[in-house]
Amino acid sequence: MERKLVVSSSPHLKSPEDIQSIMVDVLVALFPVALMAVFLFGYRALATMVIAMLAAMVTEAIILRKGNLFGDGSAAVTGLLLAMTLPPAPPWWVVVVGSAVAIGIGKQIYGGIGNNIFNPALVGRAVLIVSWSGHIAGNVWLKPVPFGFTADMVTQATPLATKAASLGNLFIGTVSGSLGETSALALIIGGLWLYHRGHIDWRIPGSFVAVVFILGFFDGGFSMGLFHVLAGGVLLGALFMATDMVTSPVTPVGKLVFGAGCGLVTMVVRLFGSLPEGVTFGILLMNGLTPLIDNLTLPKRFGEVSKSA
Amino acid sequence: MSERTFVGGIHPGYFKDYSSGKPITSARAPAQVIISLHQNIGAPCDPVVQVGDEVKMGQKIGEPKGFVSAPIFASVSGKVTKIEPFNHPLGNPVLAVFIENDGQDTPDEGMKPGKTLEELSAEEIKKIAKDAGLVGLGGATFPTHVKLSPPPEIKIDTVIINGAECEPFLTADHRQMLEQSDDIVYGLKAFMKALGATKGIIGIEDNKFDAVESMKKAVAEGKGDYDIEVHTLHTKYPQGAEKMLIKATTGREVPPGALPMAVNVVNQNSGTAVALAEAIKLGKPLYERVVTITGPGIKEPANLLVRNGTLVKDLIEQCGGMTDDARKLILGGPMMGLAQPTDEVPALKGTSGVLVLTEEFVKDLPISPCIKCGKCLDVCPMSLMPNFIGSASEKNMIDLAEKYGAMDCFECGCCTYTCPAKRPLVQWIRIAKGEIGARRKK
Repeated sequence: MERKLVVSSSPHLKSPEDIQSIMVDVLVALFPVALMAVFLFGYRALATMVIAMLAAMVTEAIILRKGNLFGDGSAAVTGLLLAMTLPPAPPWWVVVVGSAVAIGIGKQIYGGIGNNIFNPALVGRAVLIVSWSGHIAGNVWLKPVPFGFTADMVTQATPLATKAASLGNLFIGTVSGSLGETSALALIIGGLWLYHRGHIDWRIPGSFVAVVFILGFFDGGFSMGLFHVLAGGVLLGALFMATDMVTSPVTPVGKLVFGAGCGLVTMVVRLFGSLPEGVTFGILLMNGLTPLIDNLTLPKRFGEVSKSA
Repeated sequence: MSERTFVGGIHPGYFKDYSSGKPITSARAPAQVIISLHQNIGAPCDPVVQVGDEVKMGQKIGEPKGFVSAPIFASVSGKVTKIEPFNHPLGNPVLAVFIENDGQDTPDEGMKPGKTLEELSAEEIKKIAKDAGLVGLGGATFPTHVKLSPPPEIKIDTVIINGAECEPFLTADHRQMLEQSDDIVYGLKAFMKALGATKGIIGIEDNKFDAVESMKKAVAEGKGDYDIEVHTLHTKYPQGAEKMLIKATTGREVPPGALPMAVNVVNQNSGTAVALAEAIKLGKPLYERVVTITGPGIKEPANLLVRNGTLVKDLIEQCGGMTDDARKLILGGPMMGLAQPTDEVPALKGTSGVLVLTEEFVKDLPISPCIKCGKCLDVCPMSLMPNFIGSASEKNMIDLAEKYGAMDCFECGCCTYTCPAKRPLVQWIRIAKGEIGARRKK
């Protein structure tokens, strides 16, 4: 029997890692955050996350006319990340619209995975903020009730609005806020997992958090610096949103510039703007600058003495 | 001590166990050898025998057409039956000399010991390397005498023997470092004398601990007045790439587009050192070499001493044949080797390995858009932008590909290996390099 040999261009070995395995790693990294959200905000948070993920996956399946709902896993990640930025219990249709916008206008309109300019989850969130601010901001922040799976809804103002919360509570997460942003502990565990798996670099979260801390420090000393890092969406943004591969720079120096820019815009909005929080707009603005940053920060080639034009 | 390395690189599976424990044995001499007349980077050879001629083993049958070229020798004694184009690993058929083996292995008159290394001058060593047809045996097949002839204004101070063998699967260099360590040291001394170099370094990855020990022992016994060190290198692909090896052992960085001699270094593969030692000691030209026949698709992997012009098919048969699920035949290693459409292709001077991969390695994975994860930048040993070069080349934007460093790529394949979107980055970069090269010639 004549054996047919396959001919292809080298290399002939490929890493087992693919896009789906990366997305699964991101979902694993978000698991402690999701667990903490359910622990603090009960079944409503769980419902919000499930609806957001399902709506995102269904939207993508419809646009791509594909039968495989999970696919490469990126839609599930976008949906879950969007849920993380929402209050624990918005109306279900707001969540669905947010996910549909995230996938449709945030991602597929550019040509799908890899081609979008802006972080899809944050595009979804931005549209919800300007369209239904009453459901997304304002008097919507549930008071956390640990183990209160079916506890009654009681709202309270967020730490960013009141500037009053102990650093310990901010670290554990027993404060009100978006369902995925309150627990610094859970976010850091997830971030360490992504770092361990090689999916994020220290540079973006590092420069993002450093700039937030430094500007907070100038505003009100060491504890205010820490407060600004732990309160609101800075850690969620720095570890999971700004590090989105598609919409952040690839060069080492570019990553530092990008993270610092996110931190700067966040703090300008927080300290001088009319909104309490600026993470979303900080990251979206820097997303738009990403191609420019990459091209201005090309790395020095091996053996290159000085930057040649 | 094993911290010597470079920035970037990957840790693929190494798969050395198939053959690393198999001592070198002589392959069966085939009834007919088909010796290709193009076996090195640079110019091919013209045949200097005719159909019907009786040739002896070690007799010159191909005369180089230019300076960057090397003569080619008969690997058996017997009769020239045909001189016509035949399959070549690079794809297009190349003129080859067919010799019917008479089984006598009658050696050529020139194959006898000459002067010792102590008696030889630098010029004489260069001439021996040239006349023996030596080329880089790591796979690049750059003619050795050219490397030994730097322009007069460049002073070579260091010769590095490449024993990294960073390609997965291959173990030919490993076995030679265990079994022919004395010849490697002898060859290194000859290289140093030919170049007037004061320092000799043997670089070996730390996954070949026994080879490190073996080479250290041989160096201690054989170095004499020469300053020779064995460096243990971090095991990481492509540690054996010329520029990476120089960086790891000397800390020097070869500038983009330049040769190692720009930083006063010459690299030689360990197998080339053995070949030079044999050329000096025995007067033996390069007509056979050690080849690793390995992979999950080979029933009995082995390290064989193979005569030039033996068909790969013949070698595979001697190793028990291919397994039923064998799907891909590669000459060289899995990272930079060339996949072959047929096993009727001759072993050349540069054939370091015959690798057969099975179904599980040959999955045809769908290509996704670039997700800009930047992992290819992290692994690129040259600190290039493989993702951007690839995307530019894919869209035929050649100027952009050049801007992102296409011409500095030496095609190690780390980016393609790593890419989670399974993008054939090296393939696109090769296309861009071809286009840029063609433009520069205009």
